[in-house]
Order: sequence, then structure tokens, then C-alpha cells
Amino acid sequence: MNRETFWGYRRKNGRVGVRNHVIILPVDDISNAAAEAVASNIKGTLALPHAYGRLQFGEDLDLHFRTIIGTGANPNVAACVVIGIEPGWTKKVVDGIAATGKPVAGFSIEQTGDIMTVAKAARQAKDFLHLVSEQHRVECPISDLWISTKCGESDTTSGCGANPTVGAMYDKLIPKGIYGVFGETSELTGAEHLCKMRAATKEAGEKFMRTFEAYQRDVIEAHKTSDLSESQPTKGNIEGGLSTIEEKAMGNLEKIGREVQYIDVLGPAEAPAKGPGMYFMDSSSAAAECVTLMAAAGFAVHTFPTGQGNVIGHPIVPVIKLTANPRTVRTMSEHIDLDVSGLLRRELTMNGAGDALIDMVVRTANGRVTAAEALGHREFVMTKLYRSA
Amino acid sequence: MTIPHLLVHSRKDNVGVVVVEGLAAGTDMLCVVTEDDSDFRLTAAQAAPIGHKIALKDMKKGDTIFKYGEDIGRAIADIAKGEHVHVHNIKTKRW
Repeated sequence: MNRETFWGYRRKNGRVGVRNHVIILPVDDISNAAAEAVASNIKGTLALPHAYGRLQFGEDLDLHFRTIIGTGANPNVAACVVIGIEPGWTKKVVDGIAATGKPVAGFSIEQTGDIMTVAKAARQAKDFLHLVSEQHRVECPISDLWISTKCGESDTTSGCGANPTVGAMYDKLIPKGIYGVFGETSELTGAEHLCKMRAATKEAGEKFMRTFEAYQRDVIEAHKTSDLSESQPTKGNIEGGLSTIEEKAMGNLEKIGREVQYIDVLGPAEAPAKGPGMYFMDSSSAAAECVTLMAAAGFAVHTFPTGQGNVIGHPIVPVIKLTANPRTVRTMSEHIDLDVSGLLRRELTMNGAGDALIDMVVRTANGRVTAAEALGHREFVMTKLYRSA
Repeated sequence: MTIPHLLVHSRKDNVGVVVVEGLAAGTDMLCVVTEDDSDFRLTAAQAAPIGHKIALKDMKKGDTIFKYGEDIGRAIADIAKGEHVHVHNIKTKRW
């Protein structure tokens, strides 16, 4: 199979999308109803309801805007209708997304009401849908692909099979000029010394350690009431045989392969700015939060290795599930896009598994519907840094 | 090709991962070290589900558990070679 090119939608800013969504994006929680009404009226559009956007401030508000604007700016979005309660922050989001050159329009509810807002926004969404439905995929070099990774409901088979498969993919694709990202700050506890050594520069390694230590100090140590057993590792991880955070972290780090070095450390939802290569993103290890942040940073395809069977998806980014656990393949086949359980039986080599994943990534980029897309998994979960004002 | 019962990441490790379903006590396990494809045999002293760990040697309470050639925690009880290793007998050194 051709692993050098894929067929995607080239956007005005040069980025390439693998989906062509018209999204209805609420700025805040109280605009969800209007956004969902628009998507219900105009078939083929997609609402992205979420829980936040009111009375946030400081760094938490910055992250909210970065996540909302970044999601609208993601190249998998062809056009975007933004709905907010009032015009000011609505315009801020519209302007942020418009910088990509894609069609975007904003509507605010105050002094108009839901019904009239929905009517106006639906008409706009319909026009956008006609427009983008005539866009065509074009052949693009594999280097135009931005591929994120995060694992979930891991077990020990993740570290033996599915995670190093993702690592083998990155070892093959990063040298071809793609962008990659991994994260899950707390889940590197016990492997942080190894992660530091995988930085391309001394500066990047030190930035990683500062980020890691800040998460330990400000999040874990500041709020923990126990040794976090059943949270990190999760109850599901323990069911699958993972006993300690250090063991889980070692398996987690298998996702960056043997040779890849990360060139920079990103804040949550921060877009990479140092060119092609691997990045680390400061992020929660909760699947939906992490994938949402990576999508907001501009990543177009997600590779998600699982052990016990996490079922996550995302509204606009196809999430490819792979597992090496033969029991999960048998009991949860509808969630699994790629079975690499042959690695455990020593019937499949890591090199072969890496190629199989690249094939699945290319097929997915070309349009193959993922298990999560078919099952309607559209988890869109904001990371919130602290309580609102 | 013979299918292994247990995978071991590194020769330095004192635990391995069960990679077959329904492993019964007394099974004469084929164990493969993935870093160099070497193999050895070990008898499972207890049943263990797929994904769970088995001790490769006798360990004392307080000993460090090695997997991937790295420290993944400590024994909180004595563990005999071939026994099931999990949260009942090992614990994180962090948090």
C-alpha cells in the first residue's frame, strides 16, 4: 500500500484536513441548546456542546479560548458557525477561526432569543454545507499529516504491543516530516528521567522537567488525598494487570518509539510552532480531555492504543483504536480498528505492526470511517484549570 | 511457531506479563524476553489473568520490582518465584 501520500482537503492556510465538517460551535454552555438545534435542522452539520465558557478568567479563560478557537481552526473543519450568549466573546472566537481563511460566521443570543438565532444560524449553516460539499480531496504528501497519540484503559499488553506499535509508526513517519504529539504529564511519573532524555535539545528536556514538576506540585501533591490508586493507575488499568504508576508510565512512553526526539514542550491546546517533528503537550491523562486538547492544537488524526478497551472518539478528529489484547479484540471488536494481538503471540513483528498502523492511518485519512465515528463517539471535553469567578 | 505464555521486556526484569488467557497454576510456561528474543521456562505457581504479572525469582518484602529494566515499585510482601504479582504484593514508590 502507498504510504507516501494521502487524500485530504487542503485549506487556505496550507494545512490539510482529513474530514470536511461544518461545525456549530457554542462559545459557552448556555448556547449548547441553540447549537444543537441548528445541527438538528441542517443535516450533515455537527454541534459541539460542552460544559464551560462563563465567568472564567486568567489562564483558565485563555485555555478556553485556545481550545474553542483551535477546534474551529482545525483543518478537519471546513466551515464553522459560532453561537454565543453575547456578541463580544462570540466575535473573539469568530475572528480567531477566521485567521485560517475558512468560512466562519457568528451569532449571539442576547436580545434575539434562541428561536430567531437558530433560524439565522441554520440558514448560514446550510449555505456553508452547500459550499463545502463541493470541495474535493487532493493527493498530499504524508508530511502534511499531523498525528497525535494518547493511550487509554491501558493494561500490560499496551506496553508489550499497542503502544510500541504507535512508537514504530512515529519512528517511521517523523523522519518523513510529519508533526506528532504525545502528552499525559502525570502518567510519565516513574519514566520522567527517560522522557527528559528523549528531548532533542537541552532546553526542551529542561522545559519538560519544569512542566512535569509543576504538574506534580500544583496538581497532584496539592490535591491528593491518597496514593491515587484507582485514579492513576485507574481501576481499569489495575483490572488489566497494571500495578503502579511507574509501570504504567514505562508502557506509556513506548508510544514515542526508539528514535524519536521531541523538539518542544507545548502548553495545553497550544499549536506547535517549531516546524515538523515530535512535541510533548502538558495535558491530563484523561482520554477525552487529552484528545480534545490535541485536536485544538491542530492535529488531524489520532492514534489511540488501548488494553482493556477505551471507547473514546472526538467530534472532528478520527480516533484510531488499536489493541494487542486478544480478549479485548474478542469482547469489544466493534471498537477496535487495528488488531495487533499477533505481537503477543510473536506472529507479528514490531516493524510489521508499525506498517499496519501506518496503513490504517492513511486509509483513515483517505476517508475510512473509524469505529469511534461509526459508533457516534464525539467526546469534546474542555480542560478546566480552576473554579470560575 | 510456539506461542509464549509470558513476555519479559528486559533481562534485568524480575517480573513477566501473562499474554495468554486462562493461565492455570502449574503451567510450564514458555517465557520470551522481547529485547533479545531469548527464552526460558518457568512454572506458574498460581493462576493469573491475561495481562497480569508473574514473579521470575524469589523476592523479599522491600525489594525493587524491575520491568522494562526499570524500577516500577517495591514488594510489600515476600513473593515466591512463579507467583502472581499485583497490587496485593507490590506498591508504587511515588505519591
